[in-house]
Amino acid sequence: MEYLIGIQGPDFVLVAADNVAASSILQMKHDYDKMFKLSEKILLLCVGEAGDTVQFAEYIQKNVQLYKMRNGYELSPSAAANFTRKNLADYLRSRTPYHVNLLLAGYDDADGPGLYYMDHLSSLAKAPFAAHGYGAFLTLSILDQHYRPDLTREEAVDLLKKCIEELNKRFILNLPSFTVRLIDKEGIHDLETLTSGAK
Amino acid sequence: MALEDICGFTDTPVHAKWFPTSLFEDSISSIHLTDNCTFGLRKPKKSEGNGGIPMDFFIPTLPNSASFNHRPLPSPPAKYSAMVRRPFPLSHGTTTLGFVFQGGVIAAADTRASITPIHSHLVVTSSGSGADCMLWERILAREIRLYQLRHRRRLSICGTAKLLSFMLHPFKGTEVCVALTLCGWDKGVTASTNSGPKLIYVCSDGARLQGDVFSVGSGSPYAYGVLDRELRWCLSKEEAISLAREAVFRATHRDAYSGNNVDLFHITAQGWIGYMYYYRTGALFLCCL
Repeated sequence: MEYLIGIQGPDFVLVAADNVAASSILQMKHDYDKMFKLSEKILLLCVGEAGDTVQFAEYIQKNVQLYKMRNGYELSPSAAANFTRKNLADYLRSRTPYHVNLLLAGYDDADGPGLYYMDHLSSLAKAPFAAHGYGAFLTLSILDQHYRPDLTREEAVDLLKKCIEELNKRFILNLPSFTVRLIDKEGIHDLETLTSGAK
Repeated sequence: MALEDICGFTDTPVHAKWFPTSLFEDSISSIHLTDNCTFGLRKPKKSEGNGGIPMDFFIPTLPNSASFNHRPLPSPPAKYSAMVRRPFPLSHGTTTLGFVFQGGVIAAADTRASITPIHSHLVVTSSGSGADCMLWERILAREIRLYQLRHRRRLSICGTAKLLSFMLHPFKGTEVCVALTLCGWDKGVTASTNSGPKLIYVCSDGARLQGDVFSVGSGSPYAYGVLDRELRWCLSKEEAISLAREAVFRATHRDAYSGNNVDLFHITAQGWIGYMYYYRTGALFLCCL
């Protein structure tokens, strides 16, 4: 139902998420933002079960901020991703696991851009591109075919548009608009919301 | 609370351990409650006192609740650990809706659902299980009033929604079924984005959504069908009221589980006014103070 996608370039990460907040067959909101800002250069994209997403993502968000307040410097994207995964793993075999799928995208001043894929079974993988949701089945092959490690920003946005075109063409559900953001050494930038042609 | 006496909480073995007069201060894990209402995020912490609400309120009953309470109980706990079967299949269905427009917020529902004022600028429409909604509305009203007394200002609607969502979180996965739409008007001190009409949907699954129009209940798709076509920001008050009535009426016609008449509340900066449409000719009015 929900869709997340991330594409890493040589010095940036491009991420996009759909804007639908659904409840059974209804779209309750058309402009819902699924990205959570963990720090100036880290975004957490979170989809999954209704309450779990916000609860878990806000918990991670506040803890990352707390780390910065206590220690005076921010967690790196890799550390934040591992911290997130650890929390997922701790709750996995409890009575109340968090059923969430995540993408963490960030820019480290030392290591450069990074995209981390995490799922509800608390696996963690650093990947050049990744997607979550049923839409991933349709778009991962497009990413496999056209991705290059030296993409420019425009090429990455074009690749993203190709993926969304495919969703509009073949995906049974209507995902009318997508929030798009780009992270680079300057921080997080909002790009133009991508909407499907049909209104 | 009087409700706890009726529900027999005072008879439960765990009741004694959570009250200040109790001699047994149990160090077994429990859910920690502070003045800031930081309800433990599913992680039980040591108890240090209570905020006046009996702690076992926030411990959902489990099939094997005996294993949950490690403390040896003075009386056999068998009757509290057995699952209570429903006497008959409960059918619940309603249509509730709320939307924001230039003249404030309209909250409407069929009379089977209920719309309850929490305070002069907040009204809650409920759907799901009637008993659960009634209980949680009372708890919410109490917590908001306590916040107002402690902090000398009214909690914002967003804060109220977050508080309710966090209170419902321990019961996720149990049979608690609560879907409330908070419709209210924030009186901000400054003209910030926080003040003005607000509409927030909170449900026991954990969802908390702020928006401009929500319809909840079994009749909600039918209501959306009417609302989505005609709803505009610039509606006049009479048009908005008539649109809300039309939407609920169409839903009660098509949905087997909605019916009776339409209750409607209009919230403005001055407070809420209720309209009960039980007669063809006119409406009964209710006003807040």
